Amino acid sequence: MSTIFGISAPALYGQILIGLINGSFYALLSLGLAVIFGLLRVINFAHGAQYMLGAFAAYLLLAYTGIGYWPALVVAPLLVGVTAVVVERTMLRRLYGLDPLYGLLLTFGLALIIEGAFRYWFGAAGKPYSPPPQLSGALNLGFMFLPIYRGWVVIASLVICLGTWLLIEKTRLGAYLRAATENATLVQAFGVDVPRLLTLTYGLGAALAGLAGVLAAPIYQVSPLMGSNLIIVVFAVVVVGGMGSILGAIVTGYMLGVLEGLTKVIYPEASSIVIFVVMAIVLLVRPAGLFGREE
Amino acid sequence: MNADAGRLSPASRLRRSTLAFAAVSIVALLVAPFFLYPVFLMSVLCFALFACAFNLLIGYVGLLSFGHATFFGGAAYITAHAVKVWGWEPLSGILLGAVGAGVLGVIVGALAIRRQGIYFAMITLALGQMFAFICLQVPFTHGEDGIQGVPRGHLLGLIDLSGPLAMYYVTLAIFLIGFFAIWRIVHSPFGNILKAIRENERRAISLGYRVDRYKLGAFVMSASLAGLAGGTKAIVFQFATLTDVQWQMSGEVILMTLLGGIGTLVGPVVGAGLVIALQNYLAASDFPVTVLIGIIFVICVLLFRRGIAGEAMAFLRRRAAG
Repeated sequence: MSTIFGISAPALYGQILIGLINGSFYALLSLGLAVIFGLLRVINFAHGAQYMLGAFAAYLLLAYTGIGYWPALVVAPLLVGVTAVVVERTMLRRLYGLDPLYGLLLTFGLALIIEGAFRYWFGAAGKPYSPPPQLSGALNLGFMFLPIYRGWVVIASLVICLGTWLLIEKTRLGAYLRAATENATLVQAFGVDVPRLLTLTYGLGAALAGLAGVLAAPIYQVSPLMGSNLIIVVFAVVVVGGMGSILGAIVTGYMLGVLEGLTKVIYPEASSIVIFVVMAIVLLVRPAGLFGREE
Repeated sequence: MNADAGRLSPASRLRRSTLAFAAVSIVALLVAPFFLYPVFLMSVLCFALFACAFNLLIGYVGLLSFGHATFFGGAAYITAHAVKVWGWEPLSGILLGAVGAGVLGVIVGALAIRRQGIYFAMITLALGQMFAFICLQVPFTHGEDGIQGVPRGHLLGLIDLSGPLAMYYVTLAIFLIGFFAIWRIVHSPFGNILKAIRENERRAISLGYRVDRYKLGAFVMSASLAGLAGGTKAIVFQFATLTDVQWQMSGEVILMTLLGGIGTLVGPVVGAGLVIALQNYLAASDFPVTVLIGIIFVICVLLFRRGIAGEAMAFLRRRAAG
């Protein structure tokens, strides 16, 4: 068996792959957080709960209606997006113009309600969700076995991240969105319906979290608490990257995921805290974040 | 009671009613264990002090810490370890817990105050989670089991704390000392500078104040007082577990303060009493507590941002003015 720095190569590749997968979810979730924060100035604490809702929607669609993975990939994020639109219209909207901390506290409360209710109904234990038949099995890459579904998650998340980036940077809707982030009043004066843009943005961000949840369902088990611990790590990722740039959020997500995977090989005891340590170092050296702007 | 109270026109009337309120409250607290279950009261007092310490930061400096469980739970571990393993006397164990929480406060605070507002909340949350992971792994906390069976011992080697009444009055004394300390801090020149930072940080900088030092100072005081509460809790309940350091605990103390009234001195006490009473009440039913806590959060944020004490104060002020 070949070794690199005294570590067996398959173990190293395996952990890098796991790191890339975790990184995919960090990237998808911090991307959604950054999009929402950019326009609404709200840190969406419910992001983890919305990710969990996406996974549960996929699981329930399969269990009760027989709708499989591929349709769920579209339907579940839509459902999550629609609930988010309702939340924005009925609650979040009342808090614009107040201290942004209230938005954080409101979405924190919502996360507690959603997670508490799902734990009450479904218990804390994880539920298995199998990958679609087209994506089960593994590929022999010569140096390691790659489970096809995991490869798919990495590619799919890259495509989604890139797609979102293009949507924001290259389309008219994205241009409105960026303009409203800079100066909402002025954009409204030009006749753009900013309140609707806000609703849409929150829905889109939440739908991204839901989509990440569906992608995650076959890898991690579907459980009510799958989002709450993840979201705290994602907050650290966001602090490291800085929320100024969409691309920055994506790059930081993958980078920290891989770093976490590598730590698992080199010094496993520290793997659960390495991202927080990186956050502390970044705060000391470059408080605004790697890709952030001083505000 | 509130800094604003002193500025009102019928100021003396308000001050007199404040004094009367304080006297009645202390008498009520002294006789309370004869009417209510002492363990419940001690739990309320510990969490009330924790919430007051937290409120020192959010209410008077405008910093929302989402990681205060680190100081509460960290101190609980330190106190429990000192008393159980090293055989320390309980009061010195509690003080060591408070000092330990202060040291943690220096580390967390120095990092967190490098960013403001929403980032401050996220950083404290992330560092709190990191601390919880460390507590899970280091041997002295005993992982999932926590430190169990901490002896209450004899206060200063003299007073036996195993009885509920003796323990209650010691807890009450610690609470009152902590509460008085917070009252002093808030009404000191230092406290006024904190309020100036809360209102307009740039202005405070331009007036020549080294804002970062004041913020760190307030953070460490808040952490130590939270530690005082956590250490006392470890002696009262005779254990320290992971529950005390996890983010849910940080969320609970935010809720207590928000419900009672951010930036009021009595608010956190009222909020802590209500939340603990609610949890005790719901423990018997199978209704999920988390859902209810979430609902209260949403209601407070949407309809009730001043909290119970804040609304009551506004009502009294309207009546005094009109």
